[in-house]
Formats: sequence, C-alpha cells, structure tokens
Amino acid sequence: MHTLTLAELATKLRAKEFSVMELTNALLGRIEASQPKLNAFVTVTGDTARAQAKAADAAFASGKAGPLTGLPLAHKDIFCTRGVKTSCGSRMLDNFVSPYDATVVEKLNAAGMVTLGKTNMDEFAMGSSNETSYYGPVRNPWDLGLVPGGSSGGSAAAVAARVAPIATATDTGGSIRQPASLCGITGIKPTYGRVSRYGMIAFASSLDQGGLLALSAEDAALVLEAMAGFDPRDSTSVDTPVPNYAGTLNAPLAGLKIGLIKEFFDKGLDANVEKLIREALRVYEKLGATLLEVKLPALPLSVPTYYVVAPAEASSNLARFDGVRYGYRCKEPKDLMDLYKRSRGEGFGAEVKRRIMVGTYVLSAGYFDAYYLKAQRVRQLITSDFKRAFDEVDVLIGPTAPDVAFGIGAKTSDPIQMYLNDIYTIGANLAGVPALSIPCGFVRGLPVGMQIAGPHFAEARLLNVAHMYQKETDWHRQMPAAFKPEKLS
Amino acid sequence: MSLNRDQINSIAHLARLSLTDAEIPVYQDSLSKIVDLVGQLEAAQTAGIEPMAHPLSGLSSRMRPDVVTEGDQHELYQRNAPQVEAALYLVPKVIE
Amino acid sequence: MSATASGWETVIGLEVHAQLSTKSKIFSGSPTAYGSAPNTQANLVDLAYPGVLPVLNQEAVRMAVKFGLAIGSRIAPKSVFARKNYFYPDLPKGYQISQYELPVVAGGHLDVVLDDGTKKRIGVTRAHLEEDAGKSLHEGLPKQSGIDLNRAGTPLIEIVSEPDMRSAKEAVAYLKKVHTLVRYLEICDGNMQEGSFRCDANVSVRRVGAEKFGTRAEIKNINSFRFVEKAINYEVARQIDVIEGGGKVMQETRLYDPDKGETRSMRSKEEANDYRYFPDPDLLPVELDPAFIERVRATLPELPDQKAARFVATLGLSEYDAGVLTSSKELAAYYEEVAKLLAAGKEPTKEQAKLAANWVAGSLAAALNEHNLEITESRIDAQRFAALLGRIVDNTISGKIAKDVFEAMWAEGKDADAIIESKGLKQITDTGAIEKAIDDCLAKNPGQLADYRSGKDKLFGFFVGQVMKATGGKANPAQLNELLKKKLAG
Repeated sequence: MHTLTLAELATKLRAKEFSVMELTNALLGRIEASQPKLNAFVTVTGDTARAQAKAADAAFASGKAGPLTGLPLAHKDIFCTRGVKTSCGSRMLDNFVSPYDATVVEKLNAAGMVTLGKTNMDEFAMGSSNETSYYGPVRNPWDLGLVPGGSSGGSAAAVAARVAPIATATDTGGSIRQPASLCGITGIKPTYGRVSRYGMIAFASSLDQGGLLALSAEDAALVLEAMAGFDPRDSTSVDTPVPNYAGTLNAPLAGLKIGLIKEFFDKGLDANVEKLIREALRVYEKLGATLLEVKLPALPLSVPTYYVVAPAEASSNLARFDGVRYGYRCKEPKDLMDLYKRSRGEGFGAEVKRRIMVGTYVLSAGYFDAYYLKAQRVRQLITSDFKRAFDEVDVLIGPTAPDVAFGIGAKTSDPIQMYLNDIYTIGANLAGVPALSIPCGFVRGLPVGMQIAGPHFAEARLLNVAHMYQKETDWHRQMPAAFKPEKLS
Repeated sequence: MSLNRDQINSIAHLARLSLTDAEIPVYQDSLSKIVDLVGQLEAAQTAGIEPMAHPLSGLSSRMRPDVVTEGDQHELYQRNAPQVEAALYLVPKVIE
Repeated sequence: MSATASGWETVIGLEVHAQLSTKSKIFSGSPTAYGSAPNTQANLVDLAYPGVLPVLNQEAVRMAVKFGLAIGSRIAPKSVFARKNYFYPDLPKGYQISQYELPVVAGGHLDVVLDDGTKKRIGVTRAHLEEDAGKSLHEGLPKQSGIDLNRAGTPLIEIVSEPDMRSAKEAVAYLKKVHTLVRYLEICDGNMQEGSFRCDANVSVRRVGAEKFGTRAEIKNINSFRFVEKAINYEVARQIDVIEGGGKVMQETRLYDPDKGETRSMRSKEEANDYRYFPDPDLLPVELDPAFIERVRATLPELPDQKAARFVATLGLSEYDAGVLTSSKELAAYYEEVAKLLAAGKEPTKEQAKLAANWVAGSLAAALNEHNLEITESRIDAQRFAALLGRIVDNTISGKIAKDVFEAMWAEGKDADAIIESKGLKQITDTGAIEKAIDDCLAKNPGQLADYRSGKDKLFGFFVGQVMKATGGKANPAQLNELLKKKLAG
C-alpha cells in the first residue's frame, strides 16, 4: 500500500481492495516506526485519523464518497488545526492548541481526507534544512545523516519515506520546492493568492503560499484542486475559478516553448546537476517542445531582495508572539518589558531572532529607503523580468537547488551559506508566479530536482508539463532503500 | 563589521528580544554578514521604478459588508492564555 | 492670561480620533457595541491569533469618504493601509493597521465662529482610517494590569488639523465643530465619556513675529471640551515659564490630569518610538472610483454651515442664534418643526422664527442641560412646545407667565392649555380690568404718584410691579404700559 501514489490509492479504495481504516492503520504504523529515524512529525493524530477513516469507510459503503474521500495526508505544522497542537516548529507555540482550522484544513477535511499528523518544519518556516525546529532536525530518508531541505522538511521526508502519500506545505522562498528536490519527490508552490492563507501561520505575507508535497504531479493535481480557491477571509486571495487540474494532465506538449534562464545556466551551476537538467530537457524536446534562452537580468538579485523583504514582514508578523494571549510566557516576569523580552528571547530560536532583527533593522528610520524601498523596487524589476520572459515562452525550466542534500550541521554556522540554497527558487516567490519541482535523476545516489515555473495561474500547464515527463521517466517512483519494506523496523 | 554592538542592542530592544552578553557578538557577526549580503542591492538601477508591495498588481482591496458575524467565544479562545482572571488577560502592571 | 499680551503666540494643532459607528469592526466581524463584558467581543482576528487575516469593512470606508466630502477635502483614488509597529499589551498584533503615506482623505477645512462672533477657517491636513486598540484596566490588581480587547479593532477616523489654532478657545471651537459634524453625518456618536470621540492637542509657543514654530508637546487623554481648554491653557503657561526660565521645551507626550488641572510628562512611554511604517501586505490598496464617491456625496445631509446659512437667509435669525440651533441635527430639526407649527404650515415670519429661537435655545436648552438630556429625550415634544409658544403669540399669556407654564409642562407632562386653564394663568387683556387695577394702585399709592408727577420717572417701574402683583402677574404688559402712561399723564 505504501508504494502506491495517491491516485492509485484512490482507485483501489473505490475498488474496495482495502478499507480506509486498513490503509490508515498501516500508515500510522509506518509513521510510528519511522519517527526515531526521520523525526518527520511533531504530532501524530491517530485518534482523529481513525475517526475520519471510519467516516470515510461509511461514505464508501453508502456510495457517497468523493474523489478524495479516505485519502490520507499530513499537514505541515504551520496550518492551524482545531483542537490539535499547532507548533510551527517553535517553542513559542509548543503549548498552543489551535481553536480553529485553517481554510486549507477545512477544505481537505470536507473532501473527506484523513489527517495522519502535523509535520516537523524549520521554526516559523525560516530555514532551508529543517535544522532550526524546536523539535530537532528532520532527516533525509535517502541518507539519515543528511538534511531533507526546508522549511517543509517534515512533509517532504514523510512523503519520500512513503509514510504519508501526500502532505501540505508552504513555500516563501523555496520551502516546498527545495525539499522536494532534496527528497526526490514532487512539490508545487501555486500562484500567490491561489490558495488561502487564512490559518496558515504567517512568515512573510507577500511571499507565503500554501502548496503540496506529493509523489507525482497527478497526485498534486488531485489535491490542489480541492485546496485552491477564493476565501473571503483572506484579502489577498484571488477570486478566479479553479480549473480541473487533473483533466488537462495529458495535454500533448507539441509546440511547448521552454525557456532556459541564462543567469541560472551561467557559472555556478553544478556540472552534475546541469547534466541531469539537460537530459530532462531532451525528453521534452522528444515530446515536441522547443528550447529558448531567456534573460532575466535582475534575477541574480533575488537573494538579497528576499532577505530584506521576508525578514521585514516577518519582524512585524511575529510581533504578536508576546506571551500575553497564548504561547510561551517566561517564568516570573519582573515587569512588562521583561515579559516581552524573555518570552520572545526564550520562545524563539536563533534563526528566527536573527531574521526578526534583520527585518527590524531594514524597516527602521534611516534605513527604510535604502533597504526596504530599494528591495521592493528590485522586486518590481524581477517581476517584470518574469513577465517579459513569459511573453516569449510558456514555461521556464531549470535547476531547483544548487546541489543535492548536504550533511546535518554542515551549513549551520554560516547563515549566508544556508540562504544560498534558495538561489533558484526565491525569484518565483518575489514575482508571485507558480513553480514546481520534480525529480530528474540522482547524483551520488541522492535526488536532484528540476524546477518548472510559469506565469500567474498557470498551475494546470505546469502540472501537465510535469506529468508528461513523469509518464516518460520513473525518477519519481524511486524509493529510499531504508523505507522500501512494508513493515519498518 | 557593518553593525556595532550598540546597534545590535537597540535593534534587539526595538524587537523586544533579550540577548545575553555572550549572544551579542554572535548576532553582531551574522547580522553584519546579512547586511553585507543585502547591500548588493545598492548597485541596482532602480530609478523610476515603483516599489512593489504586492505580487498581485492591478488588484484592489476587497471589502466586506458591515455585518456582525461573530459571537462570544472567549472561553474557547482563552484556553490558550498564560494568565487570565475575570476574562481579562493579565500582564505586569502597565504604567500610563 | 493672554499669551499675545506678553509677546508670546500659541500654536495649536488637534488630532481627533472618532470611532465610526459601524456595526462590526473595521477588519473583523466582531460587534462594536460599547460596554460588554471583557473580551466577549474579541474574536480570533481581534486577538491576533496565529494565522488570522484582516478583511476591510466597506461601511468604514464609506463613512470616511463622507467625512472627507463634508470638509471639502480630496478623496484619494488610491489609499494604502500601513502597519504602525510598536509593542503594547492593548495592541495584540504588535502593530496597528493605520494609514501613513496615502490616507483616504487629504486636505479640507472647517469654519468656526468664535465667542466674539469672528470667523476663522481651520485647515485639516488629513483624515485616515485605522483600528482602535484595546484597554488596560488597573483597578483591583496590585501588581498587574488586565487587558480587555473588546475595543481592539473598532474603526477610527483620525482627523489631523493644520496647526492653525492660536488659542485654547479656537481649539475648543474647532473641536466642537468636528464633533457636530461627525454627528450630523451619523458616522460617530460623539460620546466623549465612552471614548468614542477623543482628542490629542499639540501645543507650542513662540515669540510673536517668529517664523519657526516652537517645540511642541502632545497632550493626551483629554475627554471633554472643558478639559481641552484647561489643558491647553495650563500647557501654554508651563511652556512660557520654561522658556522664560532659560530652559527648553521638550518634545514629549504629556497627560492631562483633570483632578490637579495640570499636564505631566508620560515617563513610562517610549521616547521617540520608531514605528517602522510599511504597507500592510495582508491588505490591498483601497481604490475608490469617482462613481462610488458621487454615490456617497449624494447621501450627505444638509451640513451645519449650510443649515445655519439657510436659517439666517430664510428665517432672519442672527448668525449667533443660527449657530446655536444648528449645533446638532436633532436640535435644528426640533427648532424647524416648532417654527413651522407656530406658523401654522406657512413660512415662519421673522418674529415667529425669533420667538421660537429664543425659547428653544433658551428655556428648553437650559432644561435639557440641567437634566442631562439630549433634545431627542426632551420631555416636551415639538408639537406641545409650539403650542405653548402659540399662546404667547396670540396673547393668551405673557412671555413671563409662559416661563412658569413651561416649568409646569416639563414637570407634569401636561399640555400648555391644560396648565393655563387649571392654574388660571390667562393674561388679562381686558382694558377695563387693567384700568381698574391701575386706578386702584394709584389710589393706594398717592405719595409715589405725587413724586412721579414731580419728576421721579423711575417710579414707573414701581407702579408696573404693583399692578402686576395685584393681577397675579397676568396683566398684559404692553397694554399695562400704555394705559399706565396715559393715567399717569393725567
């Protein structure tokens, strides 16, 4: 059961080859066994899962099942889940039980999906390796001494290890795509505004977007359709209809124009990674696509732009964590100032504090114009670059991450080193365009991802382009050896 | 380094973050490196470019009708409160 | 003390925070009603729970636009919400959603009339939308404060004046005008005790003739017109003392203490808070098209100045009387109804208008004040009041007696006619009866009569008083005067 994709599970559940309860229990068992190795979960919601499984089986019995009924998933612990601990990977929310469900959670519950648990993540979504979590690092199922990527490391590891067939996640600078690349799975970040941010704990409001980590583009298409859509509770949510993503997965690619970003294929791209990307592009050419070089000259400034805008917004978004109404409060505060400083100083980890301080600095009097306003202008340049590129091509294809998974602890001493992991992914967040990553090979036995980006609201096209590649190749079906057996030791 | 100790202290104060003496140089070092990184923006040619606050250009504010849609659920909401008395959130005395 | 007399000039700017009377909050669907039990009107958005987002209330926008149009300002076709970042327990998000560089209303003015009748135009710099904070309560908790977030998220319009005022009296006149206007527009109930209309005053002094403004201090926590005047006067004197003593005025925030009648520095407040304003990424810019603005314009009522001008032009009232009667829409409506009833459906004559004005602004206003009632709570409605005035006009009673009838109507709730009847207060207009009373009086007071005829004119009043006494106050004064003159002339 664990080797099946979500689409295959759906078919077999409908064919009554096994019950939702059987599937759920099997996965819960795998999760429990994998926890000491992966540490992918903060909370396993066994009781909830079994209750939902029971209801799903009843729905199947009475013929009332929908396309997603009974399909299990995990939620990144950044999505508020009613009655269930929601920690955001932080000591600050270690004692926080959310009184409400995020819109994404509500929608997938309503579709009949079964929640297996809340996955581990970099604290407040700040990180590219899942090493900043209060609950300890998550390990890469392909090699437990390596990072799974971040910030959605828990979701990625869970899916790659086949302990959950699909997981929700969020992407602010690459936090879905980069772990997808490092874990050999499919990850999609939709267009900004496509998926509601209500109930998705905010890191950087103009960059955050909810998405999925899955075993295939087809799986992602199935669940994205249910997840996406206008939400009146989110003022930045866009009111355009959600297409039937699954329906266009097999559209032929003849005439597809693929852009290769000159600035990404320049110096600095690892030769092994480049080789795999170029092999993948040959597959696309065989399918009828043509390749064009495009120039996005402002794109190399993505990382500095991001590290002004994201921390600035985060410094403000995280100001609500003050020990007053919920969350961590320091012991015996002497006075109000002490309450604030120690609750926040003790409740937040180092990376979060670092970014809050950067954000505070770039917004402060005297620096606002030089940093924040400047960054927002460069952001405009980058966005215009993407727009111009999409006037010439349909999609952009390139590397997702500069390298394969690195060792736990290898990059933690130098934040800049860590930040450069997102060099290829950040641009899409700044411009708000959709992008996904799918596996395209291995280097030294470790997965490499290929990124596919498109103009606003081109998710259907991206999933189609990804799916057609996955029909020609089987990188996405490769499983980490340690997690191949049904019963994990 | 781009930032000195005093700046680190005043930033931490503005952000209400306690820093131990040992932590100050550590943050001074990493923050300075980050400031150097973002200093790369200075060279960008942005004359005449508008700052972009939203990726969704051309969209304007959605508004909702003036209707009360919420009831009193303070008991539920206050379950997470560190200190509550008579439905008030308690903090050390606020001097006005 | 007069500042200008001693060579000093006062410069005042006012910031008014008016709570908009929407049903729900500006960014959440919580109710805005005043006085509920703590934290029963604070939902997840108001409490700044993780993951929540603001959604703008269209009525708050409409009300702000209405205000802007009423003061002749420019409505921004695009305005932006910005975050004002600072830490305070009554500010759950750690930032207030406000407007900074692009407010919804820019420019505008209000014309005020001062006590001596002079007019002055006070400029308005801007007015913007923002959310209110919660409240800190300190009673009954020795070392702690209790935070109530019911008020957090209530929509406010912050109205910033130009520093055009030059005295505390001007400031009060401006404040009263703003207060009247927001109530006319029905965008704010103006209740200063409940905190729905608050004022901060920026006060500075400079030598007469100086070009630059002096350093200003901001006075907060002024919640009545009286206190505004006192606080400003105290502060002006304080600043002059400081400068004349060789010191410098500090740019700081001060609180007005009504018990001691002084302002004092807010020691605990952060000096020079760096608010790090930036556009709120959770909210898109507010774009208002001209059609929307015109639709709002069409809902503007007759504004106070327009109504007062109409009273002067068509009813012949003095500017002063018109000003008093238009100080609230309800008072003006009451007055107009009384005047119309008095005129029996025709256009009121100048005399009728003036009579009604005197009485509404006089006895009625005094009674409302004494009993702390709004005109809408008046114990005498417009019909019954007009009926009383009608009895003066038709000479049934004198103006003096009418005052007694009014008191009785107020106390007993009866009609004028019923009271006049039951107390036998009808005016004596029978010439014969008055003549007889005069004859009696002169006969009873031969000495004074002789004195009067030998030149002591002042005694006329004595005779009037005596006849009035004898007739129980009911002799028609005009007739009495005329007849008495005749009889005294011999």
